[in-house]
Amino acid sequence: MTDGWTSDERADWAREQVAQEPVHADGSLGTAADLGRLCRAATRALHLSGAAVSLMNEGGPAGIVASSDDVWMRIEELAFILGEGPCWDAFESRRPVLVDDVAAADEIRWPGYCRAAVENGVSAVYAFPLKIGLARLGVLDLYRREPGELNDDDRDLVLAFADLVTTVLIDGQEEAGDGSIPSGVDGALGSRFEVYQAQGMVMIQLGIPLSDAMARLRASAYARDRTLGEVARDVVARVLVFEREGEGRMPEKGSGT
Amino acid sequence: MSALPSARVADVFVEFADTLVEEFDLIEFLQMVTTRASELVGSSAAGLLLADPQGVLQFMAASDERAEMLELFQVQAHEGPCQDCFNEGAAVVNADLTTAQDRWPHFAPRAVAAGFASVHAFPLRLRREVIGALNLFGSTVGQMDPEDARTVQALADVATIGLLQERAVRRGEVLTEQLQGALNSRIVIEQAKGALAQIHGCSVDEAFDLLRRYCRDNRLGLSDVARGVVADPQAFPDLTS
Repeated sequence: MTDGWTSDERADWAREQVAQEPVHADGSLGTAADLGRLCRAATRALHLSGAAVSLMNEGGPAGIVASSDDVWMRIEELAFILGEGPCWDAFESRRPVLVDDVAAADEIRWPGYCRAAVENGVSAVYAFPLKIGLARLGVLDLYRREPGELNDDDRDLVLAFADLVTTVLIDGQEEAGDGSIPSGVDGALGSRFEVYQAQGMVMIQLGIPLSDAMARLRASAYARDRTLGEVARDVVARVLVFEREGEGRMPEKGSGT
Repeated sequence: MSALPSARVADVFVEFADTLVEEFDLIEFLQMVTTRASELVGSSAAGLLLADPQGVLQFMAASDERAEMLELFQVQAHEGPCQDCFNEGAAVVNADLTTAQDRWPHFAPRAVAAGFASVHAFPLRLRREVIGALNLFGSTVGQMDPEDARTVQALADVATIGLLQERAVRRGEVLTEQLQGALNSRIVIEQAKGALAQIHGCSVDEAFDLLRRYCRDNRLGLSDVARGVVADPQAFPDLTS
């Protein structure tokens, strides 16, 4: 039915879908809340299971701004925890990356991510870059619990949603002003702050570059089957200390650093 | 009967479209618009003015940049066919300069002195928004027929779409850079807090106090110092030893 629509018509349709979507029960406002509503609208309108928006930079996902539901917040975090996944490729290549069947996806491409996605009941992932001109902001990730292709019409409609996400972020930034970040985006980054603190600590503990410190944190989380956030909390609390050789150890209580 | 060969018109539109997808340079694009517009209708000279944020027309580009031409465009920030066209949102076509002394007392005598007999101005307009005007001069009166006028307006319309798109993209790029910059500042401050906490064996909150005090005492920016600390902890011995 959407075949033959112009991009203006698709944009209007996406806007209409968001307008029809109720605001969140907690009544929160601002850029992050608007994007949560947008994720829920896209999920419903395109018959998906979930959706999430991540901000990204050269170092990978910098923070999850919004998701259709907290379940998908956790799944969105997989790419950050594991340091790989479709969103990394979509951001890097500036093109959508469509994984119709995660279980059948090329394991060499994202072995850890695919395994974790399957374990979490995710069957299809569609990652769309958020970009304007030469600038890149992040990614809109869409999920399905059943494997399946995103047909061309749906793909065009997702592009309309992705443009809308970009618009909301940019307008939010204009409102926030230079030096600040859009309202609510702060809070969405909150859970990551501990990870970045732990990254700084591990950098010193091991005397390695910052990016390597993140890789060590990720490896530790993966090996212990824990989230990156949990590992980071232990590092910040000095329950977990990394040593120059070996994976890290659990010191006896009160042994300090 | 239109004087414009349709193949030539088509070429110009294709050239415009091409410029809009290639690496875009605003002034270069506007210069091309004026040059092609003047070539198409056999006009002696063409210029383009855009409204600044205060709504005052500013000269941007011309097919002919001699001093007396520049003056002719600049005076239209206050009075002249571009000003009328911008205010009304409608084209001024085949205005006879020799009888326009009352209408434009500053502009008309200068234009006549520069050797022109007629002037035209086309709005750069998308829906209700007028962002500027395309100005053409002729050495004879009544040279532009209605068909040609429609073609020039179409040219102005395409230029307008390109300009507005370029503005939207530029705004998006600037704001994205701000967002990424602000985000990276937050991140790097957390990383530096962690590094300092590890170095001093203190809590991250205490590390943040250290960092803030150091920045205040040395009148340095928080994110700049944080960035320096994580890049090379030894670079700030007062802070890291």
